[in-house]
Amino acid sequence: MDNWSLVSMCVLLGLTTRWAVSFNSYSGASKPPMFGDYEAQRHWQEVAYNLPVHEWYLNTTDNNLSYWGLDYPPLTAYHSLLCAYVAKLINPAWVELHTSRGYESSSHKLFMRTTVLIADILLYIPAVFLYCFYLSNGSSKKKVATALCILLYPGLILIDYGHFQYNNVSLGLALWGVVGLGSGWDLLGSLAFTLALNYKQMELYHSLPFFCYLLGKCIKQGLVGRGLFLLLKISLSVLATFALCWLPFLSEPQQVLQVLHRLFPVARGLFEDKVANTWCSLNVLIKIKTLILTHFCIAFSLALTFLFVLPSSIKLLTKPTMWQFKLALVNSSLAFFLFSFQVHEKSILLPALPVCLLMNELPLMATWFLLVSTFRLRRAFRTVTKICGAVLLARNKSNLSLCDLSLSAVTETALFLPFVQFGISMAAMAVLSTASAALEPPARLPDLFPVLVSIFSCMHFLASLLYFNFVQLTEPPSRRGQKKTN
Amino acid sequence: AVMASPMNSDSGWFLALALGVSFIKCLLINAYHSTDFEVHRNWLAVTHSMPVSKWYYEATSEWTLDYPPFFAWFEYGLSHVAAYFDKEMLVVRNLNYASPATVLFQRLSVIVTDVVFIYAIKECCKCLREDKGKELLWKPSFILATLLLWNFGLIIVDHIHFQYNGFLFGVLLLSVARHFQSRHLEGALLFSVLLNLKHIYLYIAPAYGVFLLRCFCFTQSKTDGSVHWKSFSPFRFVVLGSIVLTTFALSFGPFIALGQIPQVLSRLFPFKRGLCHAYWAPNVWALYNIVDKVLSMLGVKLGMLDINKLPKATMTGGLVQEFQHTVLPSVSPLVTLICTLLSILPALFHMWYRPSGGRGFLRCIVICALGSFMFGWHVHEKAILMAILPLSWLAVEHREDARTFLILSTTGHFSLFPLLFTAQELPIKILLMLLFTIFSFTSLKKLFRGRLVSSVEATYLLGLIPLAVICELVYPLTPWHHTLPFIPLLLTSIYCALGVTYSFIRLYISLLTVPSTTSKGKCQ
Repeated sequence: MDNWSLVSMCVLLGLTTRWAVSFNSYSGASKPPMFGDYEAQRHWQEVAYNLPVHEWYLNTTDNNLSYWGLDYPPLTAYHSLLCAYVAKLINPAWVELHTSRGYESSSHKLFMRTTVLIADILLYIPAVFLYCFYLSNGSSKKKVATALCILLYPGLILIDYGHFQYNNVSLGLALWGVVGLGSGWDLLGSLAFTLALNYKQMELYHSLPFFCYLLGKCIKQGLVGRGLFLLLKISLSVLATFALCWLPFLSEPQQVLQVLHRLFPVARGLFEDKVANTWCSLNVLIKIKTLILTHFCIAFSLALTFLFVLPSSIKLLTKPTMWQFKLALVNSSLAFFLFSFQVHEKSILLPALPVCLLMNELPLMATWFLLVSTFRLRRAFRTVTKICGAVLLARNKSNLSLCDLSLSAVTETALFLPFVQFGISMAAMAVLSTASAALEPPARLPDLFPVLVSIFSCMHFLASLLYFNFVQLTEPPSRRGQKKTN
Repeated sequence: AVMASPMNSDSGWFLALALGVSFIKCLLINAYHSTDFEVHRNWLAVTHSMPVSKWYYEATSEWTLDYPPFFAWFEYGLSHVAAYFDKEMLVVRNLNYASPATVLFQRLSVIVTDVVFIYAIKECCKCLREDKGKELLWKPSFILATLLLWNFGLIIVDHIHFQYNGFLFGVLLLSVARHFQSRHLEGALLFSVLLNLKHIYLYIAPAYGVFLLRCFCFTQSKTDGSVHWKSFSPFRFVVLGSIVLTTFALSFGPFIALGQIPQVLSRLFPFKRGLCHAYWAPNVWALYNIVDKVLSMLGVKLGMLDINKLPKATMTGGLVQEFQHTVLPSVSPLVTLICTLLSILPALFHMWYRPSGGRGFLRCIVICALGSFMFGWHVHEKAILMAILPLSWLAVEHREDARTFLILSTTGHFSLFPLLFTAQELPIKILLMLLFTIFSFTSLKKLFRGRLVSSVEATYLLGLIPLAVICELVYPLTPWHHTLPFIPLLLTSIYCALGVTYSFIRLYISLLTVPSTTSKGKCQ
């Protein structure tokens, strides 16, 4: 009885926070001619509704790809189609071909925000609660507290409800995948993840751990017999799902190539804008972008990414447990984020999700990472983010004091992580935030503050990468046994 | 490097609650704000730009200064900070000026002044009778802190609709807490200051008057609880009187010197406005009005009344004006005053003859607030908060009060829904309302171990859900939405009036029948 009231209060709090953030402006508001991500999503609804499927990814007179051409896999397009049908019922002017470009109104904003909220309610929030209740340890109060912390992660809320995107769909599906694998339903889990992959190609960051975990599990069950059977089942279902999603495009190989070309814009270079990854940070010292040729950059980044991903994947292959799996998710996505090419700053959400899942076992590191990742996004909404971050921390502290801390405290101190460093880091973030909000940068270095923030975050992310790799590879003996070790 | 020492877990939760609710308030900065926003902006401008002698005469804007002088000085103080945000908001002629900096400043001022409220809650929690053995989430102090800090009505009215009630209720609760701690002079001072900040607190001034006279000026009681006349302490009386008079003198002094008192009073007490507000507060007069309307319609149907002689139904047309009842006798301000006094006199007498310390005083405050709400002239629906907030305190200590609180708070909060009528705020008000209601029900149920509300009461409260669906979702889609736009307001008002009236009766019953569990006649 207690549980239901606590769960419902958490959900209500999560939804209230999300909706309140949605009051603010979205990306590209009142900024013709291109506007921003909000307009991109609206445009995809327009394209999906009005044009036949095989024209969605093609550059035609009706579909000008330079104006927010579709660059996510088909599932996004289908989702946009669904939203467009609803939009047409409410106000056809929202999705009229050509004429609805740059359409902005308060009722339209309400509609778009509602679509994000519905996706959250249907996909992301249930996944979070399922995860917390079935795959994490502790008293029911602790589980609810963890769920609340995950729901209140500012990064996702700000990007989805502020900037405007649908990350909750892909992350929600990925989380369903984790829940499926954790509960022993490998088929459903891999199906869910395949859908996530077909929604946003960035989920590739998570794909390696999923692959290694499932492969490792199959190997453990014996490569002849049950293991092989499982492997075949999973492969077939994955392929079938892919086929189903890409069905309209499979009629011509050209179509498939075109879609792939849209999804992976190799021509765009190593990085854009100020992302907190190594290339961008290195660029401050050595102008990599201009000095080195593009295809050499790509090869280099690929090599480095795989170098950092390899240890974690091999460990997971040999020891496919949930604990290893979660850590591998973090390590893999973080390595991709730091070393891959064309990384957007919003991709920090991909490592952030698995870190949320680690909140129970490694509360300090998880909170620290999540705060830095939010801090990194602060460019969009200054005051709100700062307060978000502070309150998330306070929440964490209060939740932790509510629950049994001793075990986790022992683990963390065993990994020699002084609280002092955390405090210094927090102070530095506060200083940087206030400075960038209050002070004017010197004329010679107009990008001073964003760059400083970038480099600061990047260093933290690199440190986290090393730390989480260390945790995964050493697996200290005092870790509490995960209940579901399959 | 262990993060939570036992000390942290004890006091950390209060800070987490306070920060959490402040965080929600910050998120609501860009929400809808009502004309009250412009009212306060105008007052900032008037107090900043005009000399004191013009404050109560200034009428460039229709929102003239109608709060007592201390609030005007408060706005004056704020206006100096406002100058750093946006100087343009301080120009009187900039009517309806609402630049982002203005919005940010005003919203932040409400959030920051809520510090007073937070401090007051902390003091109130200290006055509770604690049960040490309980788990954190179900401790009375935790429940009280949450019920007050996260009070739905206060968040909606202060941080969306826009008002400064948080800080005013902070002063009130602090004053009550001081009386609990037997620091009566401080309490009296705080209340006098409060009266000079917002004169609506006159509703509960009788409770203060009787309590202070009985429990402070008469230092002892006889063993059976009645007053020991000889123990009257003139010294205490004089000190009390001088504190009150000094406060009023400080507040109204400048205006007495300028000979502006009639003008100030006419601004503070604008009696021409009509029995009911444009949206009927859920009180007795709402029920009275509807009975009158029903009777007049019946009368027309049965041929007993001539339809041409009836005045047009303009009472809910959204205009604030005086209205004549058709069948039932019409009600004048004097009648409402007499009714109000009659409704609160029994409680005052009870406190005089059987004082039971701070708790009896608190109960009397709640009854005075609710009685004035029920029978007052031109009552705003927001005034229900004056009854709900102190009742939260009583609710965590007595089972019967918890039951009354659940009914009153749920219906009272629901009656605030029409304040936020925009589509964007609809999810917020529903989510926050559900959050508060679920919390109050489950926590009080846990605290008092067992069902609190009877089946009839539960059915009535559940009836709010279909009512909400009709008013918010179904009605706007019907054709009557344009011709009879006030029907949802009417329905809400009437339905909630039933709940509020019932709570009032319950409060009286519990006052008069429950034997005082504390020793009789104790004033501490």
